[in-house]
Amino acid sequence: MAGERKLRVLVGKPGLDGHDRGSRIIARTFRDAGFEVVYTGLHQTPEEIVLAAIQEDVDLIGLSSLAGAHLYLFERVAELLKEKGAEDIALIGGGIFPEEDVPKLKAIGYQEIFVPGETLDHIVDWVRAHVKPR
Amino acid sequence: MSGELTEKILAGDMRTVARLIRDIDDHMPQAREILKELYPHTGKAYVIGITGSPGVGKSTLVDRMIQHLRGRGKTVGVLAVDPTSPFSGGAILGDRIRMQRHSTDEGVFIRSLATRGHFGGLTPSTRGAIAVLDAMGKDYVLVETVGVGQDEVEIVRAAHTTLIVLIPGMGDDIQAIKAGILEVGDVFVINKADREGADKTRQELMMMIEMGKERKSKGGWTPTIYKTEAVRNEGVAELMAGIEAHRDFLFKKDPAILTQFEMDRARMELLDLIKQDVIRTIMDYLEKTGQWEQYLEGLVHKKTDPYSISEMIVDRYLNQCKT
Repeated sequence: MAGERKLRVLVGKPGLDGHDRGSRIIARTFRDAGFEVVYTGLHQTPEEIVLAAIQEDVDLIGLSSLAGAHLYLFERVAELLKEKGAEDIALIGGGIFPEEDVPKLKAIGYQEIFVPGETLDHIVDWVRAHVKPR
Repeated sequence: MSGELTEKILAGDMRTVARLIRDIDDHMPQAREILKELYPHTGKAYVIGITGSPGVGKSTLVDRMIQHLRGRGKTVGVLAVDPTSPFSGGAILGDRIRMQRHSTDEGVFIRSLATRGHFGGLTPSTRGAIAVLDAMGKDYVLVETVGVGQDEVEIVRAAHTTLIVLIPGMGDDIQAIKAGILEVGDVFVINKADREGADKTRQELMMMIEMGKERKSKGGWTPTIYKTEAVRNEGVAELMAGIEAHRDFLFKKDPAILTQFEMDRARMELLDLIKQDVIRTIMDYLEKTGQWEQYLEGLVHKKTDPYSISEMIVDRYLNQCKT
């Protein structure tokens, strides 16, 4: 009667950013990779994303941003996870960022940042290699 | 170890609750131990099932129901089921999108579940997850099934009140006399009632209910019908009053009705669990020993037949039950 863990991932877009094509494609790609994807959609506050991630017991949060407010929003999500004692949930980000922001995001806890030109296969391979069900 | 976790669940600790539901979903043996300890603490929450075809507005309606209950100071647990891909085993769980206004309300706990190949509208973990939300102290547990067709009636076994959500213009009047999902509703909701045909749908339902009255199923409760426009929050208060009326019927009208309901529910719960356990135990063994592959090859090459294999398995592993 041994169980088997399934990877659970939250895909969301924080802030006032209506560009959800990318996050939808990522959600669908993760589905096709066999993950359970909690898709929270557009216009989420960091608080909403973190509480959803906790209630859904996900292993990974993937945030998308194409509207420029990523530094503040992504950092707030990382802070809230710590506050809630949930920093064991891994973080990744994707979208359009100035080059110099990528190391900043990594420094605040984002394990990987995916930028334009990335392939879907590579993203899935990266997740499989780096994120294990907790 | 499990004692400590049980205490945390009873105290409503969100992370522990979330993890336990995951463990139930993933069939982790330790989850069983905690469920055993929680069982005496369950039975306080009122469980409402919400079912209906894809796209009728179940999630939006649930969102409004949460809003209504929160407005009355009640705490709410929500389980929302979405389908698992039969090809990849993955799933998109998107019901939360419609319930966003409650995401930062700590009086609401929303959890998405994937069917993982299970048919019937729920997941094998749903009943356990209801027990957890009940034990953590939620006053109401709302269970939204996967979008269903005609025969996925599992929710009835788990809920006190089952809502069937429809929209105007779904099928002709033949649909209303078919067996299956329409027979199991305690309360019917015609959502998107601003659309053409709402009155006709209501009439068809009334006719169906009228004809079924004699049978005295469901303790003699006559199903009720409500019209809503969940997006605009129209008709939701009336619907909630209708649910309370069914609750009163169940709990206050006649003790025999409640006893019957609880016996039915206990029977289903135990039966489902035994099925699950027996099949899992036998399947794990057959797969581990390689017999399963052999049986399948035997069938493909017509060396044997499924009836004989099944009888042989029962003879070998369940022989005590045969007298």
